[in-house]
Amino acid sequence: MTNSTLDSKTQITESNISAAPVRAPWLTLQAQRPAWSFKVDRRVPWVLLMTLLATLLLMIWNVGTGEFPIAPLDVIKTVLHIDSANADYNFVVNTLRLPRAVVAFVVGVMLALSGAVMQTLTRNPLASPDITGVTAGASMGAVMMILLWPNAGPNALPLAALGGGTGVALVIYLLAWRHGDSPMRLILVGIGLGATLSAFQTILMLRAEIDQLQRALYWLTGSIYARSWEHLYALLPWFVVLVPVVLLASRQLNALHLGDEVAQGVGVPVILQRGLLLLASVGLTAAAISQVGALGFVGLIAPHIARRLVGPAHEGALVVTGVLGGLLVLAADFVGRTLFAPIEVPAGIVIALVGAPFFIFLLWKHRGEL
Amino acid sequence: MTTATFSSSQRSSSPRTPSRGHRAWLLLMGGIPFCIGLLLLCMLASIAFGAADIQPGVVWAAITAFDSTDTNHLIIQTLRLPRALTAALVGAALATAGAMMQGLTRNPLADPGLLGIQAGAALAVVAAVLLLQINSLSTYAIYAFVGAGVTAIGVYALGSLGRGGPTPFKLTVAGAAVTALLSSFTTAILLFNERTLEEVRFWLVGSVAGRDMTLVLQASPYLFAGLLVALALGRQITTLALGDDVAVGLGQNVAWIKGLSTIAVVMLAGIAVALAGPIGFVGLVIPHVVRFFVGVDYRWILPYSMLVGASFLVASDVGGRLIARPSELAVGVMTALIGGPVFIALVLWKVKR
Repeated sequence: MTNSTLDSKTQITESNISAAPVRAPWLTLQAQRPAWSFKVDRRVPWVLLMTLLATLLLMIWNVGTGEFPIAPLDVIKTVLHIDSANADYNFVVNTLRLPRAVVAFVVGVMLALSGAVMQTLTRNPLASPDITGVTAGASMGAVMMILLWPNAGPNALPLAALGGGTGVALVIYLLAWRHGDSPMRLILVGIGLGATLSAFQTILMLRAEIDQLQRALYWLTGSIYARSWEHLYALLPWFVVLVPVVLLASRQLNALHLGDEVAQGVGVPVILQRGLLLLASVGLTAAAISQVGALGFVGLIAPHIARRLVGPAHEGALVVTGVLGGLLVLAADFVGRTLFAPIEVPAGIVIALVGAPFFIFLLWKHRGEL
Repeated sequence: MTTATFSSSQRSSSPRTPSRGHRAWLLLMGGIPFCIGLLLLCMLASIAFGAADIQPGVVWAAITAFDSTDTNHLIIQTLRLPRALTAALVGAALATAGAMMQGLTRNPLADPGLLGIQAGAALAVVAAVLLLQINSLSTYAIYAFVGAGVTAIGVYALGSLGRGGPTPFKLTVAGAAVTALLSSFTTAILLFNERTLEEVRFWLVGSVAGRDMTLVLQASPYLFAGLLVALALGRQITTLALGDDVAVGLGQNVAWIKGLSTIAVVMLAGIAVALAGPIGFVGLVIPHVVRFFVGVDYRWILPYSMLVGASFLVASDVGGRLIARPSELAVGVMTALIGGPVFIALVLWKVKR
């Protein structure tokens, strides 16, 4: 099927089998030069549009709300640096609220994608980034920093978390290696090492002063409180490199999800691909939680919601997972910031309080299909 | 087909290899008294060892011929014996409940915590401390048990929605969601109420120190009932672990077995968390350790988990007293501290792929 007029442009066709009355459940996106195509579930464009729109609206509402309320139109004007009515708007919007909202979204995307990769690689619906030991390691590093060296500089905490997270994940991967990698050994070694680390952490926390203990608990819950552009700049390199890596690996993830034999059969270099994807997953989580604390649950829940909405094929599900994760954290931070103002509820708590019932609702709604 | 898979761990079920099957059966049978001996040894160590040096003869006399005027006898009877018993019962209950959960959900990551038992107990206790100002271990136990039970029933009901009843996937996902929800409530209370945090921070780690004998005696009939049900269901859980279809095909009433097993799990893990607080790791790891040695047949996994779990918790408790003399480390910390590295070593040695 050569089409000279649409040459080298992306073209959307319905992969409809002749004149069958049933519409095909997916759309095929293809370009002829470079020869490239992939198919996504028919629901994907619609869901993606809706979630992106929701994100945008929530972002504007979020930035406009607070002790110093700003009208939505003024928010947009201020962000775009179009002349606005009030000189204070620039400070409130561009220095205080916008960076916080963007950090929330970015962190959510990273954690959600990381979780999706882990659930696929381990073929386990309970898997979340924690399985690689990255959360345990980062928590250990951060809690040690908070309790043992409370007066260290502002950069010490994220560095300790990042180092601890990646270090422990690497140790687990190397320990589990035996003539190749093995997801089962990885999971089990992860459990063992995670438990040992959390025991050490508990010992530290049992001996800590109560206010420092609360600070450590706060970190372990995860919060976007007072995050600024610097935090975003620290996240961006990881985001820009690793998010595309994961998204471009959709096909390999589809194959790996079916089992090592199948993946090998369709030409995926299993060990190499899995290693790289694990690395990407670890990097995403480690970077995200080094900036905002051990924000859990997003990585577990976002992939499940996405699969409920657009089906299991990774080409569509991954993108939706990412946007949903970002939306979730953004919403959680917004609710936690405004609901009991001036008391701030950490995003980590809100996300479970809001996300879990929603998750349960989805489970109930799709009760016939599982 | 299925019997052939298990021939190495089953009583001469495969006619072609009777001698090998028989030898394996003898070995597994012989391991039971060995593990009972190990448990008794651990409990003796737990009773004999403590801040006050008490001669073994006196220990024996305190148990057989109790004299209420003798301080040493009092220490043994009111402090150390309840402690050793609590540890053994809690360990047995947690490990057995964990093994059943892993069989039922066919998920190696499953443990009693999956039904939300620990999270429910923790929230109930934390909320009761916040709202009702309770402060004794035995009141904690009641709230913990009720919280655990209600949560587990809720998770089971949620996981049973829709076609096919409680499938492993639905149970797993429902459990994870409920656990996250309840834990975040708990964290919220602890973050915003310093008094509650101060009050329950030690209970939340899990410990068997200072447990009351009457409470242990009250709980033990239910606990033993749970253990017996678990042992009786070994054969059914083994088939269930192969898949619902297989179990149905072999003529089992899957819904009944799942319901009964879940009741047993809730009894065991609920009482364990009531007695000792939320101790993790034992329910998850002991069944794996046992599986490395006895294979995939739950008729062996369950009794061995029971004995090894009990021994492990008692030994961890003794270790916690040894390592930080004259103070002590809570058993909830020790289980992970000792068990973690041992578990890793076992995984590296036994899991080939």
